[in-house]
Amino acid sequence: MAEAAHVAGEHGVNQTVQEYITHHLSYLTFGKNPESGHWEFAKTIEEATEMGFMSFHVDSLFWSFLLGGGALLFFRYIGKKATSDTPNGIQNFVEMIFEFVGNQVNEGFNHKNAHIAPLALTIFVWIVLMNLMDLVPVDWIPMIAAWFGQGFGQEHMSFKVVPTTDPNITLGMSISVFILIIYYSIKNKGLGGFLAELAFHPFGKWMMPFNLMIEIPTLLAKPISLGLRLFGNLYAGELLFLVIAGLLGAVQLPAHFIWAVFHILVVPLQAFVFMMLTIVYLNAAHDSPEH
Amino acid sequence: MEIILASTVIGVFWLLGMGALGTAIGFGILGGKFLEGSARQPEMAPKLQGSMFLVAGLIDAITMIGIGIGMWFTFANPFLSQLG
Repeated sequence: MAEAAHVAGEHGVNQTVQEYITHHLSYLTFGKNPESGHWEFAKTIEEATEMGFMSFHVDSLFWSFLLGGGALLFFRYIGKKATSDTPNGIQNFVEMIFEFVGNQVNEGFNHKNAHIAPLALTIFVWIVLMNLMDLVPVDWIPMIAAWFGQGFGQEHMSFKVVPTTDPNITLGMSISVFILIIYYSIKNKGLGGFLAELAFHPFGKWMMPFNLMIEIPTLLAKPISLGLRLFGNLYAGELLFLVIAGLLGAVQLPAHFIWAVFHILVVPLQAFVFMMLTIVYLNAAHDSPEH
Repeated sequence: MEIILASTVIGVFWLLGMGALGTAIGFGILGGKFLEGSARQPEMAPKLQGSMFLVAGLIDAITMIGIGIGMWFTFANPFLSQLG
Protein backbone atom coordinates (compact mmCIF):
# COMPACT_ATOMS: atom_id res chain seq x y z
CA MET A 1 0.00 0.00 0.00
CA ALA A 2 1.50 3.29 -1.07
CA GLU A 3 0.19 5.51 1.67
CA ALA A 4 1.33 9.00 0.75
CA ALA A 5 -0.69 10.77 3.39
CA HIS A 6 0.75 10.59 6.86
CA VAL A 7 -0.82 12.17 9.87
CA ALA A 8 0.83 13.13 13.10
CA GLY A 9 -0.22 10.63 15.74
CA GLU A 10 -0.93 11.13 19.40
CA HIS A 11 2.72 11.21 20.39
CA GLY A 12 4.09 12.86 17.30
CA VAL A 13 4.69 9.43 15.77
CA ASN A 14 3.87 9.23 12.09
CA GLN A 15 1.02 6.85 11.37
CA THR A 16 -0.66 5.89 8.14
CA VAL A 17 -4.31 6.88 7.76
CA GLN A 18 -5.27 3.26 8.15
CA GLU A 19 -3.44 2.95 11.47
CA TYR A 20 -4.93 6.24 12.64
CA ILE A 21 -8.49 5.08 11.96
CA THR A 22 -7.95 1.61 13.39
CA HIS A 23 -6.42 3.14 16.51
CA HIS A 24 -9.42 5.42 16.95
CA LEU A 25 -11.89 2.59 16.46
CA SER A 26 -10.44 0.32 19.17
CA TYR A 27 -11.40 0.37 22.82
CA LEU A 28 -9.62 0.80 26.12
CA THR A 29 -10.04 -2.80 27.20
CA PHE A 30 -9.74 -4.17 30.71
CA GLY A 31 -9.82 -7.94 30.82
CA LYS A 32 -8.31 -11.28 31.69
CA ASN A 33 -5.07 -11.82 29.82
CA PRO A 34 -5.23 -15.40 28.50
CA GLU A 35 -1.45 -15.87 28.73
CA SER A 36 -0.69 -14.61 32.23
CA GLY A 37 -4.18 -15.05 33.70
CA HIS A 38 -4.12 -11.58 35.28
CA TRP A 39 -6.83 -8.96 34.97
CA GLU A 40 -5.20 -5.95 33.36
CA PHE A 41 -5.53 -3.27 30.69
CA ALA A 42 -4.71 -4.43 27.17
CA LYS A 43 -1.51 -2.81 25.87
CA THR A 44 -2.16 -3.36 22.14
CA ILE A 45 -5.13 -3.96 19.88
CA GLU A 46 -4.07 -7.61 19.41
CA GLU A 47 -4.03 -8.14 23.17
CA ALA A 48 -7.52 -6.68 23.45
CA THR A 49 -8.74 -9.09 20.76
CA GLU A 50 -7.19 -12.09 22.53
CA MET A 51 -9.06 -11.26 25.74
CA GLY A 52 -12.28 -12.02 23.89
CA PHE A 53 -15.38 -12.26 26.01
CA MET A 54 -13.69 -11.79 29.39
CA SER A 55 -13.13 -8.07 29.00
CA PHE A 56 -14.71 -4.70 29.66
CA HIS A 57 -14.65 -1.69 27.39
CA VAL A 58 -13.76 0.79 30.10
CA ASP A 59 -14.11 3.87 27.89
CA SER A 60 -17.65 3.08 26.69
CA LEU A 61 -18.74 2.15 30.21
CA PHE A 62 -17.19 5.29 31.68
CA TRP A 63 -18.82 7.69 29.23
CA SER A 64 -22.24 6.04 29.23
CA PHE A 65 -22.36 5.95 33.06
CA LEU A 66 -21.08 9.51 33.30
CA LEU A 67 -23.64 10.86 30.82
CA GLY A 68 -26.52 8.80 32.19
CA GLY A 69 -25.70 9.67 35.80
CA GLY A 70 -25.13 13.30 34.93
CA ALA A 71 -28.51 13.52 33.20
CA LEU A 72 -30.23 11.86 36.18
CA LEU A 73 -28.64 14.26 38.69
CA PHE A 74 -29.41 17.27 36.47
CA PHE A 75 -33.08 16.32 36.05
CA ARG A 76 -33.36 15.59 39.77
CA TYR A 77 -31.86 18.98 40.62
CA ILE A 78 -34.26 20.77 38.25
CA GLY A 79 -37.21 18.73 39.53
CA LYS A 80 -36.40 19.57 43.17
CA LYS A 81 -36.31 23.32 42.65
CA ALA A 82 -39.08 23.53 40.03
CA THR A 83 -41.65 26.23 40.75
CA SER A 84 -44.84 27.24 38.99
CA ASP A 85 -44.40 30.92 39.95
CA THR A 86 -41.19 31.89 38.20
CA PRO A 87 -40.04 29.12 35.87
CA ASN A 88 -36.60 29.95 34.48
CA GLY A 89 -35.08 28.95 31.17
CA ILE A 90 -33.61 25.62 32.27
CA GLN A 91 -36.88 24.51 33.83
CA ASN A 92 -38.74 25.39 30.64
CA PHE A 93 -36.22 23.39 28.64
CA VAL A 94 -36.64 20.31 30.84
CA GLU A 95 -40.43 20.66 30.74
CA MET A 96 -40.21 20.84 26.95
CA ILE A 97 -38.41 17.48 26.84
CA PHE A 98 -40.94 16.00 29.28
CA GLU A 99 -43.86 17.22 27.22
CA PHE A 100 -42.35 15.98 23.97
CA VAL A 101 -41.78 12.47 25.33
CA GLY A 102 -45.13 12.53 27.14
CA ASN A 103 -46.99 13.34 23.92
CA GLN A 104 -45.28 10.53 22.05
CA VAL A 105 -46.15 8.05 24.81
CA ASN A 106 -49.78 9.23 24.90
CA GLU A 107 -50.08 8.78 21.17
CA GLY A 108 -48.25 5.51 20.80
CA PHE A 109 -49.20 3.68 23.99
CA ASN A 110 -52.87 2.84 24.54
CA HIS A 111 -52.76 0.95 27.83
CA LYS A 112 -52.23 1.73 31.50
CA ASN A 113 -48.62 1.39 32.60
CA ALA A 114 -46.83 4.00 34.68
CA HIS A 115 -43.38 2.69 33.74
CA ILE A 116 -43.45 3.39 30.01
CA ALA A 117 -43.10 7.18 30.05
CA PRO A 118 -40.09 7.22 32.43
CA LEU A 119 -38.51 4.43 30.37
CA ALA A 120 -39.03 6.40 27.15
CA LEU A 121 -37.65 9.58 28.71
CA THR A 122 -34.57 7.76 30.02
CA ILE A 123 -33.89 6.11 26.67
CA PHE A 124 -34.34 9.34 24.73
CA VAL A 125 -32.21 11.60 26.93
CA TRP A 126 -29.49 9.02 27.44
CA ILE A 127 -29.12 8.20 23.74
CA VAL A 128 -29.17 11.87 22.73
CA LEU A 129 -26.38 12.62 25.19
CA MET A 130 -24.31 9.62 24.11
CA ASN A 131 -24.80 10.53 20.44
CA LEU A 132 -23.83 14.16 21.09
CA MET A 133 -20.34 13.01 22.09
CA ASP A 134 -19.91 12.38 18.36
CA LEU A 135 -19.73 16.14 17.79
CA VAL A 136 -16.75 16.60 20.13
CA PRO A 137 -13.66 16.81 17.87
CA VAL A 138 -12.33 13.29 17.44
CA ASP A 139 -8.84 13.85 18.83
CA TRP A 140 -9.41 16.04 21.90
CA ILE A 141 -10.54 13.56 24.53
CA PRO A 142 -8.44 10.61 23.25
CA MET A 143 -5.35 12.84 23.39
CA ILE A 144 -6.00 13.84 27.00
CA ALA A 145 -6.71 10.21 27.87
CA ALA A 146 -3.54 9.05 26.13
CA TRP A 147 -1.55 11.66 28.05
CA PHE A 148 -2.93 10.27 31.32
CA GLY A 149 -2.37 6.73 30.07
CA GLN A 150 1.34 7.31 29.58
CA GLY A 151 1.64 7.86 33.31
CA PHE A 152 0.35 4.32 33.85
CA GLY A 153 2.61 2.64 31.31
CA GLN A 154 0.06 2.66 28.46
CA GLU A 155 2.08 3.66 25.39
CA HIS A 156 -0.57 3.68 22.63
CA MET A 157 -3.79 3.90 24.55
CA SER A 158 -7.05 3.79 22.59
CA PHE A 159 -9.94 5.72 24.03
CA LYS A 160 -13.34 5.75 22.40
CA VAL A 161 -15.56 8.65 23.33
CA VAL A 162 -18.94 7.88 21.72
CA PRO A 163 -20.55 5.00 23.65
CA THR A 164 -23.19 4.40 20.97
CA THR A 165 -20.46 3.46 18.47
CA ASP A 166 -19.87 0.42 20.67
CA PRO A 167 -22.27 -2.39 19.66
CA ASN A 168 -22.06 -3.74 23.21
CA ILE A 169 -23.78 -0.61 24.53
CA THR A 170 -26.50 -0.38 21.87
CA LEU A 171 -27.23 -4.11 21.87
CA GLY A 172 -27.22 -4.07 25.67
CA MET A 173 -29.95 -1.41 25.58
CA SER A 174 -31.98 -3.19 22.92
CA ILE A 175 -31.74 -6.54 24.72
CA SER A 176 -32.99 -4.84 27.90
CA VAL A 177 -35.97 -3.61 25.87
CA PHE A 178 -36.41 -7.14 24.49
CA ILE A 179 -36.51 -8.57 28.04
CA LEU A 180 -39.18 -5.98 28.91
CA ILE A 181 -41.18 -6.99 25.81
CA ILE A 182 -41.15 -10.65 26.90
CA TYR A 183 -41.88 -9.75 30.54
CA TYR A 184 -44.90 -7.60 29.71
CA SER A 185 -46.15 -10.06 27.09
CA ILE A 186 -46.17 -12.89 29.63
CA LYS A 187 -47.57 -10.63 32.36
CA ASN A 188 -50.48 -9.38 30.25
CA LYS A 189 -51.29 -12.40 28.10
CA GLY A 190 -50.05 -15.19 30.32
CA LEU A 191 -47.39 -17.66 29.23
CA GLY A 192 -50.01 -19.55 27.21
CA GLY A 193 -51.20 -16.42 25.49
CA PHE A 194 -47.66 -15.39 24.61
CA LEU A 195 -46.82 -18.82 23.17
CA ALA A 196 -50.18 -19.01 21.40
CA GLU A 197 -49.40 -15.71 19.70
CA LEU A 198 -46.15 -17.18 18.45
CA ALA A 199 -47.65 -20.49 17.38
CA PHE A 200 -51.13 -19.69 16.01
CA HIS A 201 -50.80 -16.16 14.78
CA PRO A 202 -50.83 -15.70 11.02
CA PHE A 203 -52.43 -18.94 9.72
CA GLY A 204 -54.29 -20.71 12.53
CA LYS A 205 -53.31 -23.78 14.49
CA TRP A 206 -52.95 -26.33 11.66
CA MET A 207 -49.98 -24.41 10.27
CA MET A 208 -48.12 -24.25 13.60
CA PRO A 209 -44.57 -25.08 12.40
CA PHE A 210 -44.90 -22.55 9.62
CA ASN A 211 -46.24 -19.91 12.02
CA LEU A 212 -43.32 -20.52 14.38
CA MET A 213 -40.90 -20.20 11.49
CA ILE A 214 -42.28 -16.74 10.75
CA GLU A 215 -42.95 -15.43 14.24
CA ILE A 216 -39.75 -16.44 16.09
CA PRO A 217 -37.35 -14.69 13.66
CA THR A 218 -39.68 -11.65 13.73
CA LEU A 219 -39.42 -11.59 17.51
CA LEU A 220 -35.65 -12.08 17.55
CA ALA A 221 -35.10 -9.49 14.82
CA LYS A 222 -36.57 -6.75 17.04
CA PRO A 223 -33.64 -6.32 19.48
CA ILE A 224 -31.02 -6.92 16.78
CA SER A 225 -32.37 -4.35 14.34
CA LEU A 226 -33.05 -1.89 17.17
CA GLY A 227 -29.48 -2.07 18.46
CA LEU A 228 -27.71 -2.33 15.12
CA ARG A 229 -29.61 0.62 13.62
CA LEU A 230 -28.37 2.96 16.34
CA PHE A 231 -24.87 1.50 16.25
CA GLY A 232 -24.62 1.64 12.45
CA ASN A 233 -25.70 5.26 12.18
CA LEU A 234 -23.33 6.53 14.83
CA TYR A 235 -20.47 4.31 13.69
CA ALA A 236 -20.80 5.66 10.14
CA GLY A 237 -20.85 9.22 11.43
CA GLU A 238 -17.81 8.70 13.63
CA LEU A 239 -15.93 6.95 10.83
CA LEU A 240 -16.51 9.84 8.42
CA PHE A 241 -15.19 12.30 11.00
CA LEU A 242 -12.12 10.08 11.36
CA VAL A 243 -11.65 9.83 7.60
CA ILE A 244 -11.84 13.62 7.30
CA ALA A 245 -9.40 14.07 10.17
CA GLY A 246 -7.05 11.46 8.76
CA LEU A 247 -7.01 12.48 5.12
CA LEU A 248 -7.46 16.22 4.88
CA GLY A 249 -4.77 17.41 7.28
CA ALA A 250 -4.71 21.16 7.87
CA VAL A 251 -7.77 22.10 5.79
CA GLN A 252 -10.19 19.71 7.47
CA LEU A 253 -12.27 22.24 9.41
CA PRO A 254 -14.82 23.13 6.67
CA ALA A 255 -15.34 19.46 5.87
CA HIS A 256 -15.86 18.67 9.56
CA PHE A 257 -18.35 21.50 9.79
CA ILE A 258 -20.37 20.34 6.78
CA TRP A 259 -20.53 16.77 8.03
CA ALA A 260 -21.39 17.93 11.56
CA VAL A 261 -24.30 20.00 10.22
CA PHE A 262 -25.58 16.96 8.36
CA HIS A 263 -24.94 14.66 11.29
CA ILE A 264 -26.69 16.85 13.87
CA LEU A 265 -29.99 15.69 12.33
CA VAL A 266 -29.07 12.04 12.85
CA VAL A 267 -28.20 12.52 16.54
CA PRO A 268 -31.70 13.23 17.94
CA LEU A 269 -33.45 11.35 15.10
CA GLN A 270 -31.95 8.00 16.00
CA ALA A 271 -32.69 8.57 19.71
CA PHE A 272 -36.29 9.38 18.71
CA VAL A 273 -36.53 6.24 16.54
CA PHE A 274 -35.18 4.04 19.34
CA MET A 275 -37.66 5.57 21.81
CA MET A 276 -40.65 5.31 19.45
CA LEU A 277 -39.92 1.70 18.54
CA THR A 278 -39.60 0.84 22.24
CA ILE A 279 -43.03 2.38 22.87
CA VAL A 280 -44.57 0.60 19.86
CA TYR A 281 -43.09 -2.78 20.79
CA LEU A 282 -44.22 -2.46 24.41
CA ASN A 283 -47.67 -1.36 23.26
CA ALA A 284 -47.91 -4.53 21.17
CA ALA A 285 -46.83 -6.51 24.24
CA HIS A 286 -49.82 -5.09 26.13
CA ASP A 287 -52.38 -5.74 23.38
CA SER A 288 -54.96 -8.33 24.30
CA PRO A 289 -54.77 -11.66 22.41
CA GLU A 290 -58.09 -11.37 20.56
CA HIS A 291 -56.97 -8.09 19.02
CA MET B 1 -3.87 -7.54 -3.92
CA GLU B 2 -4.94 -5.56 -6.99
CA ILE B 3 -7.91 -7.86 -7.47
CA ILE B 4 -8.98 -7.36 -3.86
CA LEU B 5 -8.67 -3.58 -4.15
CA ALA B 6 -10.55 -3.44 -7.44
CA SER B 7 -13.39 -5.63 -6.26
CA THR B 8 -13.61 -3.69 -2.99
CA VAL B 9 -13.99 -0.47 -4.96
CA ILE B 10 -16.76 -2.03 -7.03
CA GLY B 11 -18.41 -3.33 -3.87
CA VAL B 12 -18.26 0.11 -2.27
CA PHE B 13 -19.71 1.60 -5.45
CA TRP B 14 -22.74 -0.69 -5.18
CA LEU B 15 -23.06 -0.03 -1.43
CA LEU B 16 -23.14 3.76 -1.82
CA GLY B 17 -24.98 3.94 -5.14
CA MET B 18 -27.77 1.51 -4.42
CA GLY B 19 -28.16 2.84 -0.87
CA ALA B 20 -28.48 6.39 -2.18
CA LEU B 21 -30.92 5.32 -4.90
CA GLY B 22 -33.16 3.46 -2.47
CA THR B 23 -33.20 6.26 0.08
CA ALA B 24 -33.82 8.87 -2.60
CA ILE B 25 -36.87 7.02 -3.92
CA GLY B 26 -38.09 6.30 -0.41
CA PHE B 27 -37.68 9.86 0.78
CA GLY B 28 -39.34 11.17 -2.37
CA ILE B 29 -42.43 9.05 -1.82
CA LEU B 30 -42.43 9.76 1.91
CA GLY B 31 -42.11 13.55 1.57
CA GLY B 32 -44.61 13.72 -1.27
CA LYS B 33 -47.21 11.74 0.66
CA PHE B 34 -46.61 13.90 3.73
CA LEU B 35 -47.21 17.09 1.71
CA GLU B 36 -50.32 15.57 0.12
CA GLY B 37 -51.66 14.47 3.47
CA SER B 38 -51.05 17.79 5.19
CA ALA B 39 -52.53 19.71 2.24
CA ARG B 40 -55.74 17.70 2.57
CA GLN B 41 -55.89 17.93 6.34
CA PRO B 42 -53.65 20.73 7.65
CA GLU B 43 -54.66 20.08 11.27
CA MET B 44 -53.07 16.63 11.05
CA ALA B 45 -49.71 18.04 9.90
CA PRO B 46 -47.88 18.04 13.28
CA LYS B 47 -48.92 14.45 13.95
CA LEU B 48 -47.93 13.35 10.47
CA GLN B 49 -44.62 15.14 10.80
CA GLY B 50 -43.71 13.08 13.86
CA SER B 51 -44.51 9.83 12.07
CA MET B 52 -42.67 11.05 8.95
CA PHE B 53 -39.48 11.61 10.93
CA LEU B 54 -39.84 8.17 12.51
CA VAL B 55 -40.03 6.55 9.09
CA ALA B 56 -37.25 8.83 7.84
CA GLY B 57 -35.03 7.50 10.63
CA LEU B 58 -35.88 3.94 9.64
CA ILE B 59 -35.12 4.58 5.95
CA ASP B 60 -31.98 6.56 6.68
CA ALA B 61 -30.51 3.88 8.92
CA ILE B 62 -29.78 1.29 6.25
CA THR B 63 -28.07 3.80 3.96
CA MET B 64 -26.01 5.25 6.78
CA ILE B 65 -24.88 1.74 7.76
CA GLY B 66 -23.98 1.23 4.10
CA ILE B 67 -21.95 4.45 4.06
CA GLY B 68 -20.17 3.39 7.23
CA ILE B 69 -19.27 -0.02 5.85
CA GLY B 70 -18.27 1.59 2.55
CA MET B 71 -15.90 4.03 4.29
CA TRP B 72 -14.48 1.20 6.37
CA PHE B 73 -13.81 -0.87 3.24
CA THR B 74 -12.26 2.11 1.47
CA PHE B 75 -9.98 3.54 4.14
CA ALA B 76 -9.20 0.57 6.36
CA ASN B 77 -9.72 -2.37 4.01
CA PRO B 78 -10.26 -5.44 6.20
CA PHE B 79 -9.71 -7.92 3.35
CA LEU B 80 -6.11 -6.83 2.78
CA SER B 81 -5.07 -7.93 6.25
CA GLN B 82 -6.35 -11.44 5.47
CA LEU B 83 -3.77 -11.54 2.71
CA GLY B 84 -1.08 -11.70 5.40
